[in-house]
Amino acid sequence: MSGLIEILKKNVRQYMMVIALAVAMIAFGLLTDGIFFRPVNLTNLVLQNSYVLILAVGMLLCTLTGNIDLSVGSMVAFIGALCGVMMVDLQWNPYLAMIIALACGTLIGMWQGFWIAFVNVPPFIATLAGMLVFRGLGQVIMKGQTKAPFPEAFQKISSGYIPDPFGGATVGNVTFHIFTLLIGFVIVGLIIFGEIQKRKKQKKYAFDLLPPGIWLAKVIFIASVLIAFTVVFAIYKGFPNVLILLGVLVVGYQFVASKTVQGRHIYALGGNRKAAELSGVKVKWVMFWIYTNMAILATVAAMVFTARLNSATPKAGQNFEMDAIAACYVGGSAVSGGVGTVIGAVVGGLFIGVLNNGMSIIGVSTDWQQAIKGFVLLAAVAFDLYSKSRSSKGA
Amino acid sequence: MPNNSILLSMKHITKTFPGVRALDDVSLDVKPSEIHALVGENGAGKSTLMKVLSGVYPYGTYDGDIFFEGKHCKFSSIRQSEQAGIVIIHQELALSPYLSIAENMFIGDERAKFNIINWDKTREDAITYMKRIGLNENPNTPVNKLGVGKQQMVEIAKALAKHAKLLILDEPTSALNERDSQHLLDILKELRDKSNISSVLISHKLNEVASIADSITILRDGKTIETLDVERKKDAPVSISEERIIKGMVGREITDMFPKRDNPVGDILFEVKDWTVQNPDNPERNKLEGVNINVRSGEVVGLAGLVGAGRTEFAMSVFGRAYGENITGQTYLEGKEVDISTIPKAIANGVAYVPEDRKELGLVLIQNIKENTTIAKLKKIANASVINEHEENIVAEDYCKRLNTKTPTILQKTGNLSGGNQQKVVLSKWLFTDPKVLILDEPTRGIDVGTKHEIYTIINSLAKQGYACILISSEMPEIIGMSDRIYVMSEGKITAELSGETATQEDIMRNILNN
Repeated sequence: MSGLIEILKKNVRQYMMVIALAVAMIAFGLLTDGIFFRPVNLTNLVLQNSYVLILAVGMLLCTLTGNIDLSVGSMVAFIGALCGVMMVDLQWNPYLAMIIALACGTLIGMWQGFWIAFVNVPPFIATLAGMLVFRGLGQVIMKGQTKAPFPEAFQKISSGYIPDPFGGATVGNVTFHIFTLLIGFVIVGLIIFGEIQKRKKQKKYAFDLLPPGIWLAKVIFIASVLIAFTVVFAIYKGFPNVLILLGVLVVGYQFVASKTVQGRHIYALGGNRKAAELSGVKVKWVMFWIYTNMAILATVAAMVFTARLNSATPKAGQNFEMDAIAACYVGGSAVSGGVGTVIGAVVGGLFIGVLNNGMSIIGVSTDWQQAIKGFVLLAAVAFDLYSKSRSSKGA
Repeated sequence: MPNNSILLSMKHITKTFPGVRALDDVSLDVKPSEIHALVGENGAGKSTLMKVLSGVYPYGTYDGDIFFEGKHCKFSSIRQSEQAGIVIIHQELALSPYLSIAENMFIGDERAKFNIINWDKTREDAITYMKRIGLNENPNTPVNKLGVGKQQMVEIAKALAKHAKLLILDEPTSALNERDSQHLLDILKELRDKSNISSVLISHKLNEVASIADSITILRDGKTIETLDVERKKDAPVSISEERIIKGMVGREITDMFPKRDNPVGDILFEVKDWTVQNPDNPERNKLEGVNINVRSGEVVGLAGLVGAGRTEFAMSVFGRAYGENITGQTYLEGKEVDISTIPKAIANGVAYVPEDRKELGLVLIQNIKENTTIAKLKKIANASVINEHEENIVAEDYCKRLNTKTPTILQKTGNLSGGNQQKVVLSKWLFTDPKVLILDEPTRGIDVGTKHEIYTIINSLAKQGYACILISSEMPEIIGMSDRIYVMSEGKITAELSGETATQEDIMRNILNN
């Protein structure tokens, strides 16, 4: 038992949020008499939070450099407006419009990246400017109107579900989405395989190993949670398209951040910019691409959000930047940079999303929700700093 | 029990951290008006002992007792120890750069009435204390306009303003040139003789210790090894030799501090011609002017000079123009002109720069040994940008073994390593880039004697393998002991080229000053 506590202590920052997320979900499950875990609610949870999670993935890279991007909410509004003009007013082909929107998003990112990386404008200032500029430009384009409705093909991004080529299987009076189950099981299989490989490697290099019992418990826990959610989704309409998009983004960015040269360069830059520069990291270009990438992801988030509302409004995306930033810091990013993971940011974002959703179901007013989110952010960062100062004193 | 002839008495101090016994029954006695040196390798427990003394580790978190002026002390904060008259001056100076000398001196102890600062009195008092240590500056000067040596003096004046009876100086001269160091030591002597202020001097520079200390306490592995009393008669030679101190510190005798090298020196490998660099802070003046140097394969070339002579600026401007503006001049590698105008180009062409400040410029302290080792040439272990972690582990393990880096695993954060081991990680990083030319900027600063010796051995083995090494150092014995040839730099110009075998400290000093 003392061994278990020791392990928890060592990895407290890593596991804390996952545990908190699980506790929050179970608590809301009990408080709402199970409404929280109903398939329709969990699907809603994903849809409601997808755009913030997409933003959080990009924001994580910004926080790794010790900075943030304040302009993403305004970018969501601006790109939404652009989509509205192209698809609603001009009736362009939605796919063509989406490609143009992505290209515009990329240009916006390069614009901001240019000022940050090559003119050395502090990101806080450059993106604060972007926040004002793109909110304003969005309103200029919209001329104060709301654009709706959007073509069906575009709405499908957010309201659609993956198709089921197998037609579904009915057991009793419940119909299962076979393709969803299949994807879910394949993913779980891959995760188990990956964990086994990882453990083998760790053994080889004699790194700190989790005791076999705890490791097995961890793997079984992850697998059963994922299978449970897969089944829940399969009972409803299957995986939403957004969830697949989100999954691909999270896995992709986690891979880039943790396994590639570019990812390593970002972490090194965040940990010590001067040392990274003297080690040959092209710090200016890294900054440039991080902010360009943020804008591209903001464009994706804008399309998901606009498709979900099926309308573009000038006020869209307000405070999204704050939600994304909060997700990163709740998820374990260090304010000074160099520490944080994509998965962590997503868990942080989900945690906030679960609080929102759960509190809404049990009837907590949105005013209170806002305040509670604030406390959670403060507590998470304070706890992080506290555990860091304790561990550095102990060394 | 307390003795009047003892100013400070630390008795049987034991301090443990989870898993480590940092101090094990350490005792230290400091007499009134004496300079007491505290020496030991990195990790021997010197800093921990001083943190216990100053209340950083409050009473109750350690075992043992502290008596100061006969009183049993139970400090729970730095403020309390300062009130008692014990003032620490840290290695990293704790001055606020944009505030003036006078403002810095009275931070936390402002000359104020009803919370309103009396600036006339502030300046007056500042001048009084500055005079006592011979610091002739305008008290309104912001401290960032002063050199490190004078900043150090401001710290001492600040300590005097706190009515210090015991000064603790942690490596005060590590960032100072010889002249400033000597000046600082003279101040300590004067304070001892005229004001009866004792000092505890923590230093790795054993020549200083031998020349100034009245007694020397040696720590090793958290234990007091011995306290040596230095008899100092007028005109008589000092009774304690550096070798004697080293023996106590490392537990063995290092007979040959600078191991011999007998490999043949090859052709000119790297050459810099007409190197002129404008000072970015002062475009009117050139930081470097017309510098020509070359280094052969298998050769160690020393670059001697005072702090501020432009040696670091030279190295950094050559290494991918990491310093300076309007750089002119040519660089040749193996006889051909080579473009090393950006850091990635310099690395790709086999030029490596081990910076002076390993914490600020050399390492990402929050990352582990493995990540720091490979960062400068990740492509070497990556396929299409994806890092091969298996290979990375092998590489990191290999360098730890080759350079004898002491660490439990390669996943240890470099911030948790001792200075010597950190330097070995920085060396690993640069060796991993397969350099031909290695520029080492103060590679042994703040490193203990045993590890210094190891680093010299590493440099020698690199020379034997045909690397061309440029060694920048402010420690003259190091430059003389390690170099085949020595360039002397003074105010941005090369003023002499000397043979490493015959050069003496006097030769170098003369060429620095005869500019």
